[in-house]
Amino acid sequence: MSFEQPEHFAFDADSETEIAKILSKYPEAKKASGVIPLLYVVQRQMGRSTGSAWVPKVAMDVIAARLNMPPIRVYEVATFYFMFNMKPIGRHHLQLCGTTPCMLRGSDDVMRACHDAAGIRPGQSSSDGLFTLTEVECLGACVNAPVLQVDDDYYEDLDYDRTVALIEALKRGERPAPGSSIGRQTSAPEGGPLTLIDVGGE
Amino acid sequence: MALSDKDRIFTNLYGLQDWRLAAAQKRGNWDGTGGILGKGRDWIIEEMKSSGLRGRGGAGFPTGMKWSFMPKQASERPHYLVVNADESEPGTCKDRDIIRHDPHTLIEGCLIAGFAMGAHAGYIYIRGEYYNESRVLDAAIDEAYAAGLLGRNAAGSGWDFDLYVHRGAGAYICGEETALIESLEGKKGMPRLKPPFPAAVGLYGCPTTVNNVETIAVVPTILRRGAAWFAGFGRPKNSGTKIFCIQGHVNKPCNVEEEMSIPMRELIERHAGGVRGGWDNLMCVIPGGSSTPLLPKHICDDVLMDFDALREHKSGLGTAGVIVMDKSTDIVRAIARLSRFYKHESCGQCTPCREGMGWVSRMMDRMVEGRAEIAEIDVLEDVTKRIEGHTICALADGGVWPVQGLIRHYRPVMEARIADYKARHAAPAALPMAAE
Repeated sequence: MSFEQPEHFAFDADSETEIAKILSKYPEAKKASGVIPLLYVVQRQMGRSTGSAWVPKVAMDVIAARLNMPPIRVYEVATFYFMFNMKPIGRHHLQLCGTTPCMLRGSDDVMRACHDAAGIRPGQSSSDGLFTLTEVECLGACVNAPVLQVDDDYYEDLDYDRTVALIEALKRGERPAPGSSIGRQTSAPEGGPLTLIDVGGE
Repeated sequence: MALSDKDRIFTNLYGLQDWRLAAAQKRGNWDGTGGILGKGRDWIIEEMKSSGLRGRGGAGFPTGMKWSFMPKQASERPHYLVVNADESEPGTCKDRDIIRHDPHTLIEGCLIAGFAMGAHAGYIYIRGEYYNESRVLDAAIDEAYAAGLLGRNAAGSGWDFDLYVHRGAGAYICGEETALIESLEGKKGMPRLKPPFPAAVGLYGCPTTVNNVETIAVVPTILRRGAAWFAGFGRPKNSGTKIFCIQGHVNKPCNVEEEMSIPMRELIERHAGGVRGGWDNLMCVIPGGSSTPLLPKHICDDVLMDFDALREHKSGLGTAGVIVMDKSTDIVRAIARLSRFYKHESCGQCTPCREGMGWVSRMMDRMVEGRAEIAEIDVLEDVTKRIEGHTICALADGGVWPVQGLIRHYRPVMEARIADYKARHAAPAALPMAAE
């Protein structure tokens, strides 16, 4: 798969605001701690400006210069962590958990639904540029399995039909509310909480 | 006897109420925090020791003792508290609920723990996928600063304490404390050799203690209600309340805070609507997240959910992610999928893990098909024993234990599958199956 690396990258005003906040968290001499946060800033800015949230090589060089570290150190971090996209992706990143807790609850069906509705297999992007599908490891929402992460949001308690409906809605430019697709109260048992009924507070 | 709501620490576990400061204070958070700090560092650590709290991130190390390893005297090297919110052990989703629904339990705990270990700064390292959760945590920390609960003279205690959120970027290995520290320093998440331990040389080379989210978040309530109250739950050395994540083939998967040492069957039936198809339809349970070996039904019938009881059965409480599998489960495939997870997540630093996780995963994939020799089950088990204990961190141990558990309890299933494969493939070539 071939793609073009842009020749230039510069942080925009929104990114600069974020970077100032990020770098204030670490001791002055330990700015390298900002490398993962800055990679996120790049990826978000690319998403904003091009519709594809990924990290071009030239942007990693910009980060290296900003943090005063060798470019190779930025490259190795960017490629070590799974959440940085080293090539362009679709507008929506469909990340389906396939680890055992989700598998036991039907992630195979959700995978089939992603294929049928978005027309792609894991690792592929749709030709309209709308979707990229990735099978990921445990997303940490196992009592609401199976889980599909769309960009920043978790869609939970899915099955084949509800996954197809979700993807069709995304195609129409809609953004269904994240969370349980069967109306559960977060991680409480279906039908309503059996505990925390008799607590004070509000 | 089940835990009653008045003894639950996480009273907003399900997010039925607002997570913000005002609502959290009505629930009792931040009540008299300055006064708790006023009792002094030694009192806090002693109280934590008497409470019997053991770390909730999987290893179960006594929390008070861990804190006491931090240097007593201040030096030019600052001390750091680091909170492990990299929740990534398959089957575990408890810290997520604390962060998104009860963040002030954690933030208040950070101030108290930070004070107790002489730290003026804390970092919460949250897994990158929890983006929305990190937004809540950021906002809750901002509120705490605005209310004078963090920063200079935090909560009127006279102690200065800053707290920051740092997002990871998708690497299970960063749940290992030294890999987490490396990652926080802006490097690849590769574990360090120990010693030196983080309490001596941790973040930025300074004394550091890494604690799990749930561990820190229970601290304020323990100190308010007293060590004896907390120690009153569960069996000795297994004290307290604990969030369990019950999932898989149960009728109503859920998170719930319960008393330690609750019988597994009671936990599943009382809170998660029981096993799909009834208790007799149970095949096995992974009791504490993916790294803990599975337990077949006859053990599940009466085992207690605590560190020592599960350890007696060569498994563990781990993170208390209870993965239930009924008789419809292809148990070989379920474990093989875990092997693929560990292969994916190996950081590649140690050869037995980098090569071994891939080898085990490929071998397990063949076992799923039955495309193997019976003798290879022994080879597989032998190799897992050679991997175990021969790496810098425990990822590889956690990666081979599920396979060892499978062989220990379900060897006949594996053998039958191999025999079945042989029978199908030894059939005369002249009789092709129409369906194939």
